Amino acid sequence: MAGKLDGKVALVTGGTSGIGAGAVRRLTEDGAKVIFTGSKKEPAEALCAETGAAFESHRVQDVEGWQKLSDRIRSEYGRLDIAFANAGMEAGDGSVEDVDVDNWNRIISVNQTGVMLTIQNAIRIMKDNAEGATGSIIVNSSMNAKLAMGNFVAYSVTKAAVLALAKSSAMHCGLSGYKIRVNSILPGVVATDMILNIMNAQPDPEAARGMYEGMHPMKRMAKVEEVAALVAFLASDEAAFISGADYSIDGAATAGTMGV
Amino acid sequence: MSRLEGRVALVTGGLRGIGLATAERLAQDGAKVVVSDLSPESDPTVAEVLGRLGENASYISFNVAEEQGWKDAVATISERYGRLDVLVNNAGIDGTGKIHEMDFAVWRKVQAVNCDAAFLSAKYAYALLKSAGEQTAGGASIINVSSVMGFVSFPESSAYSTSKGGVRLFTKAAALEFATENVPIRVNSVHPGFVETPLLTEGFDRMVERGVAEKAEDLVGLVATSTPMNRLARPEEVAAVIAFLACDDASYVTGSEYVVDGGYLTR
Repeated sequence: MAGKLDGKVALVTGGTSGIGAGAVRRLTEDGAKVIFTGSKKEPAEALCAETGAAFESHRVQDVEGWQKLSDRIRSEYGRLDIAFANAGMEAGDGSVEDVDVDNWNRIISVNQTGVMLTIQNAIRIMKDNAEGATGSIIVNSSMNAKLAMGNFVAYSVTKAAVLALAKSSAMHCGLSGYKIRVNSILPGVVATDMILNIMNAQPDPEAARGMYEGMHPMKRMAKVEEVAALVAFLASDEAAFISGADYSIDGAATAGTMGV
Repeated sequence: MSRLEGRVALVTGGLRGIGLATAERLAQDGAKVVVSDLSPESDPTVAEVLGRLGENASYISFNVAEEQGWKDAVATISERYGRLDVLVNNAGIDGTGKIHEMDFAVWRKVQAVNCDAAFLSAKYAYALLKSAGEQTAGGASIINVSSVMGFVSFPESSAYSTSKGGVRLFTKAAALEFATENVPIRVNSVHPGFVETPLLTEGFDRMVERGVAEKAEDLVGLVATSTPMNRLARPEEVAAVIAFLACDDASYVTGSEYVVDGGYLTR
C-alpha cells in the first residue's frame, strides 16, 4: 500500500491521540509528510518518534497561532496537499436545558470555528502549490450530525454545522476554479482511548461498552484504523472527483433502525 | 497493489462504461473478476475485455432483470471459483420520457434492471457471499451503483430516478438486515454524477434527436458547467470508490451512500 500519498504534505489537527493519531500513522505509512497539532506534548513526541511526523503545539481556535503554523508549513514543506480537520471536544456539554453558555461557546470555538480556520488556512496554503490550487480537505464530523444526542447539544449542533461548512467550502473551491476538494466523514463511535476512558469510568464499564456497541447494527465500535483508512482514501488522488460529499462510516448506524 | 488478492468479484454490465472500468480496477487490485452483460459470449468485445482482465477472469451472459439468470449465474460462479467476495450491481438502463407518454412496459423494464436486480442479486448470491465474508477480515461487499439521481430528479426522468432512489434504500435495508444478523456482508451504494460513459452519450444523442439541444457536445458542456468541479467524471474515478468499498479498508462501512459527483449535489 505504501506510496499512495508519496510526495504529499498533510496537516492533521488534534493529532496527538484518537482518530487524529490514527490518521497521522496511516498518512505517513502511505507516504505523506505529516505535521500535526494538539496540546499534549508527551504523546506528540512519542508519535513523532514513531512515525517521523512533525508536531506544532497549537489549538485550532487560536487565530494568531494559525499564522505561525502556516508559516512553518510553507517554510519547511513548501506546499500543502491534505488537511484533516479533526480536532474536536465535548467536555462540559449538556442538554439544551442545562448547558452552560461558556461551555457552549468553547465547544463551538473548537468544533466549528476551529474547523473553519483549518479550512481557511489550508486553502490559503494550497492555493500557492507550485502546480496551482490543489488539495484535499477532510472534515471529521460524526454520525451525531444526523443522530442528535439530547445530552450533548453543542457537540451535535457543531457536528451538523461542519457538514454545511464543508459543502460551502467545496462550492467555493469549485466555483473559484481551485482543484481543492472538501469532504466530510461521519464516524460512528470509535474505540479511542477517550471513549474507553469514559467507558471505564462508568459504574458498570461492561454495560457502557454494550451501550456504545449497540448503537451500531454491526454491534461493535469502529477501530481508529478503519476511520484513518477512509481519511487516506479521500486524501488520495483516487478520490479526484469527490467533493462536497459526506461519507458515513458507522456500521449502518445511520442507515435506519434495528427494528421498531 | 493486491489488496483483493484471492477474492472473486462479479461486475454486472461490465463490458463498457463504469462497469468496465470497475472490472479493470478490481483485477488490478488482485481480484478474479467475473464480468456479466447481455452480449453473447461469442461477441468479440467479450474476448477483448477478458484479455485485459488477466487469466482468471471470465464472462457470464445473463439478464440481471431475470430471476433464473441470477440462479444460473451464481451457480456458475460457485462452480468456477467456489466463492464470491465482491458483487457490483452496475448494469443499468435509462428510459427517459414524459410520464403521460411513457409506456408502462418501459417503466417496468427500468425498475427491473436498475432496482429488481439488486434484490435478486442479494437473494441469490447471499449464501456464496456469506461464506466468503466469513473467511475475510472486512467481510464480503455488495456495491450498488445508484446515481445522483437517487437523490434528485429531472423532468422526464421519473423511471430512472425512481429506480435509483429505490436501490439507494434497498442498500440500507440489506445492510441493516445483514449487520443485525451478524452476516458478514457489507452493502453500500455509490452515486456518480455525470460520467463520460456510452450510456450518457447515447442519452444525449436521443435528446438531440428530440430537439432538446443542437448537438451532444452542448449538453456535455452544460452538465460540466452545472458541476462545481466544472468537468465530467472519468469512469476510473467511480471505479476507485467501488474498489475502496470492496476492500478491507472499508470494513466498518455499511449502509452508506458514497457520492462521487464533483460537488453536483452540493449546489
